[in-house]
Amino acid sequence: MTNKFKKILVLGSGALKIGEAGEFDYSGSQAIKALKEEKIKTVLVNPNIATIQTSKHLADEVYFLPVNPYFVEKVIAKEKPDGIMLSFGGQTALNCGLALQKSGVLKKYKVQVLGSPVKSIELTEDRQLFADHLKSIGIPVPPSGSATNFDQAKTIAKQIGFPLMVRAAFALGGQKSGMAHNLKELKEIVDGALAVSPQVLIEKYLKHFKEVEYEVVRDRNDNCVTVCNMENFDPLGIHTGDSIVIAPSQTLTNDEYHGLREASIKIVKSLGIIGECNVQYALNPHPSRSPSPSGRGIKGEGFDLDYYVIEVNARLSRSSALASKATGYPLAYVAAKLGLGKSLLEVKNKITQVTQGFFEPALDYVVVKLPRWDLEKFKGAEEKIGSAMKSVGEVMAIGRSFEEALQKAVRMQSGNAEGVTDNGFSNKEQVKHFLSEPTPKRVFAVAAAFKHGIKVREIYRLTGIDPWFLFRIENIVRAEKEFVEMSTPDGSHLGETLLNLKQLGFSDKKIGELSHKTELEIRETRKKLNIKPSVFQIDTLAGEVPAKTNYLYLTYYGSHNDVNPLGEKAVIVLGSGPYHIGSSVEFDWSCVHAAIALKRHKKQSIIVNCNPETVSTDYDMSDRLYFENLSFETVADIYEFEFAPRSGIPLRGKKAGGVIISVGGQRPNNLANKLSAEGFKLLGTAAVDIDRAEDRNKFSALLDKLDIKQPRWQSFADIADAKKFAKEVGYPVLVRPSYVLSGSAMSVCYSQTQLEYFVTRAAVLSPEYPVTISKYIENAKELEFDAVAQNGRLVIYAIAEHVENAGVHSGDATIVYPTQRVYASTEQQIILISRQLAKELKITGPFNIQFLVKDNKPSVIEVNLRASRTFPLLSKALDINLPELAVDSFFGKAPHDKIYKYPKAVVVKSPQFSFARLSGADPILRVEMASTGEVACFGKDYDEALIKSILSANSFDFSKRSVLLSIGGQINKAKFLDAAKGLLGLGYKIFATDTTEEFLRGQGVVCHAVRKAYQAEPNFLNIIEGKQVAFVVNLSQVNSRVEQERVRRHLTDGFRIRRAAVDNQIPLFTDLHLARAFVKALGNYSVEYLEIKSYREYLNN
Amino acid sequence: MPKLILKDGTTYEGNSFGADRSTSGEVVFATGMVGYPEAITDPSFRGQILVMTYPLIGNYGVPDKKFWESGKIQISGLIVCNYNDTPSHYSSRQTLSAWLKKEKIPALEVKDTRGLTLKLRTKGVMLGSLEFLPSPSPSPKGRGGQQIPHPTGVPLSSLGENGVALGGRREWGGFDDPNLRNLVAEVSTKKSFIIGNGKKTVVLIDCGAKANIARSLVKRGLKVVVVPWNFNPLKLKQKISGVVISNGPGDPQKADVTIANVKLLMAKKMPILGICLGNQILALAAAGTTYKLKFGHRGQNQPCVLSGTKKAILTTQNHGFAVGKIPKGFREWFYNANDNTNEGIIHRSLPFMSVQFHPEATPGPTDADWIFDEFVKKLK
Repeated sequence: MTNKFKKILVLGSGALKIGEAGEFDYSGSQAIKALKEEKIKTVLVNPNIATIQTSKHLADEVYFLPVNPYFVEKVIAKEKPDGIMLSFGGQTALNCGLALQKSGVLKKYKVQVLGSPVKSIELTEDRQLFADHLKSIGIPVPPSGSATNFDQAKTIAKQIGFPLMVRAAFALGGQKSGMAHNLKELKEIVDGALAVSPQVLIEKYLKHFKEVEYEVVRDRNDNCVTVCNMENFDPLGIHTGDSIVIAPSQTLTNDEYHGLREASIKIVKSLGIIGECNVQYALNPHPSRSPSPSGRGIKGEGFDLDYYVIEVNARLSRSSALASKATGYPLAYVAAKLGLGKSLLEVKNKITQVTQGFFEPALDYVVVKLPRWDLEKFKGAEEKIGSAMKSVGEVMAIGRSFEEALQKAVRMQSGNAEGVTDNGFSNKEQVKHFLSEPTPKRVFAVAAAFKHGIKVREIYRLTGIDPWFLFRIENIVRAEKEFVEMSTPDGSHLGETLLNLKQLGFSDKKIGELSHKTELEIRETRKKLNIKPSVFQIDTLAGEVPAKTNYLYLTYYGSHNDVNPLGEKAVIVLGSGPYHIGSSVEFDWSCVHAAIALKRHKKQSIIVNCNPETVSTDYDMSDRLYFENLSFETVADIYEFEFAPRSGIPLRGKKAGGVIISVGGQRPNNLANKLSAEGFKLLGTAAVDIDRAEDRNKFSALLDKLDIKQPRWQSFADIADAKKFAKEVGYPVLVRPSYVLSGSAMSVCYSQTQLEYFVTRAAVLSPEYPVTISKYIENAKELEFDAVAQNGRLVIYAIAEHVENAGVHSGDATIVYPTQRVYASTEQQIILISRQLAKELKITGPFNIQFLVKDNKPSVIEVNLRASRTFPLLSKALDINLPELAVDSFFGKAPHDKIYKYPKAVVVKSPQFSFARLSGADPILRVEMASTGEVACFGKDYDEALIKSILSANSFDFSKRSVLLSIGGQINKAKFLDAAKGLLGLGYKIFATDTTEEFLRGQGVVCHAVRKAYQAEPNFLNIIEGKQVAFVVNLSQVNSRVEQERVRRHLTDGFRIRRAAVDNQIPLFTDLHLARAFVKALGNYSVEYLEIKSYREYLNN
Repeated sequence: MPKLILKDGTTYEGNSFGADRSTSGEVVFATGMVGYPEAITDPSFRGQILVMTYPLIGNYGVPDKKFWESGKIQISGLIVCNYNDTPSHYSSRQTLSAWLKKEKIPALEVKDTRGLTLKLRTKGVMLGSLEFLPSPSPSPKGRGGQQIPHPTGVPLSSLGENGVALGGRREWGGFDDPNLRNLVAEVSTKKSFIIGNGKKTVVLIDCGAKANIARSLVKRGLKVVVVPWNFNPLKLKQKISGVVISNGPGDPQKADVTIANVKLLMAKKMPILGICLGNQILALAAAGTTYKLKFGHRGQNQPCVLSGTKKAILTTQNHGFAVGKIPKGFREWFYNANDNTNEGIIHRSLPFMSVQFHPEATPGPTDADWIFDEFVKKLK
C-alpha cells in the first residue's frame, strides 16, 4: 500500500516522572522506527534529552521543547506535518494533542490525528461519558458518579454508600485518588483531586476483587487481538503501577480469561480504537451467582462473570511496554503501523519473523513485574501505597515457576534483598501491620507471616491477595525451612536439595547464608553437580514453530539450551536495572549506544538488563538480550555460558569477549571487583583502579599523592572520633557512607546534635561501610567534568556548570553547558587535574569528576569511572557520541588528537520532581537526590535555554502576572532584592509573606502582604489554592531548614507553602541562584520570543 | 523416578502427580495457557499423551463435571513442567491430581517441557510411554502408590543412560500406536440422544464431539440429536434441518463410514457444518484431499483470515492434518495467516461449510462463535 503521509509529528512525554517513565522512550522510539521504515519523515517534540528517541539516528527533526499546546503549535506551524501521533508519549502527549484538537490548531494546519480517533480518546478520558458508553454496550462498570464540587460528591456518596474509590479525571497514574470510608476522608480526597482536575469520579470500592488487565490492538479493518493479559498480585485498590503484576494471569479459568478477552474486544471495537488500548478489570473472586456452562462468553443473558471495567487507556502505557517485553510482541511498533492505516495482517512480527500482527503470543514461562519504590528518598513521604502511584521504576523477571520469577524479581528490585524471605520484621504484630497496610514491604511481610506461623486464610483476610500466590510464597518459606533443618556441616545435603532451591529462585548467596557457606562455595558445588541454568528463548509461540529470536532468559527448569554460545566475537554490555532516584533513562541511553557501537569493532552485543521500561531491552538493540538480573551470579552464569561453555577455557583469554560494566550506572559498576577477582574479563579501566577511585581512603591517598585539593574528610566507625573531627574542621559537615550513588543517607549537619542523630541512623542503614565525614564548603560552585580516556590519556572532555551552589545533589541541580560563570583559569586547573587522574588511574573508557570551586580553586569531590548521568546531555550538546568513543577506547581505537568543534548553542538541563505524587514529602533541594527525571533545552544563550528548560519541567500560567515570595534569612532577602525589583519591572504583582514583605517594602519594592496559613483568610494558602500566582519563590535559611526537618516539619510555614505550591501545580523555586537566574532570563525573553529551532538547526549554526 | 520414554529413546524423568500406571500413546503438545480441564476432556486427544507448554498447571483446580468437554478425561497421560497442588478458585471441586488419580490417568512433572516440545515439533508427533517401574529409591511421600509393571514387560536395564543410545540393540515394540485403532469409534457415543427442545432439529455426528458444540447449538434454540459416528442421519424418523460433523481424534480416513454418510447427506443438499475432523471428513466426502502438516496447529492462538477479505479471527486448534485439494464446487473459506494453510471450505452454492478450527472454543478465544450463526442461517 502506498503511503499518503509525508511527515508525521510524534509527541514525547517529557521528563521522567512518577506515572510517566522510561516506557514512553521505548514506545516513542519504536513508533519512530516504524515510521522511518515507511520512508516517512518524522518530527519529534520531547525535551527529555536523555532519551534514545531524541538521538540523531531516529527522528529526522527533534525539538527539545516543552510538550504543551503553545510550543507544539509553533512546531506544527514551522514543520507543517500532515499527521500527528498522540498515543506514544503518555498522558502528557495525549492531553497536549487533545488540547490542540479542541482549539482547532490541528484543523487549521490540516494535521491528521493518526491512530485512534480523538472522539474515542475523549470518550475514554471523561469518566462519566465513558461509563455511560460501556453501559450502553452491555459492559458493566462499578456504580459511580462524577462531581465537580464536594456537595455533588456527597450526594453521590449517599447514593452508592461507603467505602468509595475517588479518582481525579484527566490525571496521570491515579494522581490524587484514594479510598474514602467516611465523609471526612471523602472531603480530603475530593479537595485534593479537584486541585489537579476539574472533575472527580466516585465509585463503589470493590473490596478484594482481582485486578486483571488486557492489552488490545485493533486495526482499521476491525481486526482485534489481545496480546497479553496480566493479573495483579495485589487485589484492587493498589494502583497497577504499584502492584506486583504477573503475566499471564494465574488464577483465571478458561471462561474467565476468554470471557474478559471477549469483553475487551467488544469495548475496543465499540470505541473504534486504531492501535493500542488497555482495559483494566475488577473480577469478583467469589461471585454469588453460580456459573453455568451454557452461558459461556459474554453474549446474551446468561452472563456469568461478575466483573467491572475499571479503566481504559486508549494509548500506549506502562502496561503495554511491560506486555511487549513479557510476550515478545512489539506493541508500539505495531500500533504505529496500524496508525498509518495498515492492517494487522500486513504487519510482520519482526521478533519472530514467522508470525504477523494478528496473533496472540503463547507463553511457556511466567513473568513477574515488581515495582521499585524509593519512598525513603523523599523526606516525609508516606510509606503506604494505594490507588495513587508512587513507584519510580520496575523490574521484570522471567521464570518457569512463579517462585523462580518472583525471587528473581526481588533480587532485581533493589540489589540488596536476596529473596522474598529476606526481611527484617521484628515481631508478629509488626508483620500483621505490614500485611494489612499495603506498603512496598508487603510481599516480604507475606513471607515473614509464614515464618511466624500465620496461615494462608488469615493472610488472605488481611491482604486480599489470592491464596494461589500465598501458597506459592509459603512453598518458598517451607523449602527454606526444610533446607535449614536438614543442613549438615559437610554440605552433603546440598546435592539433594540444590536443584530444588534453584528452581524456587534461591540465589547462591542466599543458599550460602542458609548453610554457612559463601556464595562462591555454593557456586562451586553447584557447578560440580552440573546444576546450571538453561538459556531459553522467548519466542511468543511456546516452541510451536521455529522462530528466530535473540530474546533470552535463564531458568533451572530445563535440560537444554535454545541457543549456542556466541563466543569471542561477542561482548556483554550490562544495563542499569530498574529506574530509581539516581539511575534513570540516561544510563539506558549510554548502554544502548555502547551496544550499537560494538558493531564498529565487528563485535556482537549481548545486553543484560531487567527493566521493561527501557529501550536497551527492545528486540533490535542488541544481537542478544538476556532479560536477567545484574547480580554477580547471573552475569557470571551468562559469561560462562557465552564464553566458557566447557571448563578449561580461560575466562580472561582470547576466547572471552569480555564485559562492559561502565555504561549502566552504579549497579553494574559495583560488580567490577567481584567479576575481576573471579577472572572475568572487563573492558576498560581495570577493577583495581576502579576500586582506587571508589574506596574513599585509597582515593584520598591518591589525591594527596598527586597534590590535588579535596575537602577535608575522614572515615569513622566511632561517634566520638567523628565529633572530634567535625569540631576541628568546623560545622557544617557532610556525612555519608561509602559507595553512594544518589546520596542515599547523605546529609549536611550544622551542629553536633544533628551529627549524632544522623550518624546513628546512617550506621544502621549501612553497617558494612564506615561513615565518612567531610568539611561542607558553603557558597561554592559545583562543576561536572565528563570525559573519555584511553590508556590514561584524555580523548575528549566537557565541563558543565551547576546553576545552584554546591550542596544540591548533582542529579537535582540545574546544569548549563558550556559554562557561563567560570574563569578560564579554573577550567585549565580542572583539565590539568583530570589529566593527572586519568593517567594515575590508567583510565580507559568513560569517567566523570565532580569539582567544587571556591575562590577560583577547584577541589575534587568524587570520581566515577563510568558514564555519568550527564553523558547523553553532553553527547548531544557536543554532537559527539561519547559512549561510542568509550567503546572505541576499549579497543584502543579512539583518536587522541582529534579537534572537536566547540558548540555555539547553550544547553540547560533542569530536574523534574514528582513531589505532587508523594503526599507529605517536602519539596526541597538537598544533598540527597529527589528528582525523578530531567529535561534539557537549547538556546542561543544561557537565558533562553534556561527559560525553555524550566518551562519544560514545570507548567506555568503566565497569564497570572503575580508571584508569591517567601524568603527566609537576611542574606537571602538581600540577594534576592534585585530579582524582586526585576519582577516588578516586568509588571508582576508581588505577594510576600510577613518579613519578606517588610524587607521589600523597606527597600521600596511595592508588594502585598499575605498572612500565614494559620492566620485568618485570605492567607498564602488562599493565594496558592486560588492559583493567583504564576510561580512561588520560597527560600529558606539553610541552618534553620535543617533544624526544621528535625522538628515537626509539617507545621512550618515554609513546608506548607512548598507543599501547597506543589499540590496546586504551581511552579516552585527553592534555590536562590536558580530563582534569580530565572527572573533575569524572564527579563530578557518573554515566551513569545523563544526560538523554535530543531536540534539539527542548533548544531548547524 | 517415573519416566516418559519417547520412541526415539529419549527419556524424561519426572515426578508423578497422577495415577502411577504405565501407559503409552502418541505424545503431542498444546500451547494454550488456560483451559486444562477442557483440553484433557476433549475427545480429540484420545489416545494421546498431552504435553502442556504453559509451565504452571493445576492453578484453579477442576470445575464441576458439567463444564467438562466430555464425561471423562480422554488423554492417556499428562506432562507438565510444574503442577500446582494448591489451587485457588471458587469453581474448583477437586485438585487436578485427585481427578487424574480417580480416573487412573498418569501424569508427570517433567522440567524441560520446552525441550520436549521442540523435539516433538521437529520430529513430528511421536509415540511414547510413561513408565512406572520399581525404583531403587522409594518414591517421595504422597507421590507413590502401587507400581504397575510395564505393559510389554521391557526390562528397564535395556534402556540407555538417557534413553538415547539404544541403537539397534533392542526392538521397540512396547508402544501402543493409537492411530492404528479406530479412535473415532472409541470416543463416539454408542447410542443416540437428544438435548435441547428447539423447534428445529440438528443432528450432531459425534466423532468425539466436544460438549460445547452441542451447547452452542442449544443456545441458538435448536434441538440437537447426537448420533454415533457411523449413524446415517437420514435414517432418523424426525425431520432434520441440518447436520454438524464434529471434531474427533486421529486420521480422517478411519472415519470411512462417516465419510460415506456425509456423501449421502450432500446428495440430499442437507445443510452441513464440519468442525476440525469434520472439516477433513467433508473435504474427503466431496472428493478433496488431506495431508499431514509439517508443523501442526496446537494452540489457542491460530490466526485465520476470512478468504477474500481483510478480516481475521483468532481460533483454537488441535490438528496435524489439513485439507489439501479443495473439492470441486467449494472454495477456500478461511486460511491460516501464519502458514497460509487451509482453515475451512464452503460450497459456492450449496449449504455445505466446514472449518478446521474450533468455533465452540473451550478452551480458547470465542472469536469464531459466529460460525454457528452462519450455519443456523442455512438450516432448512
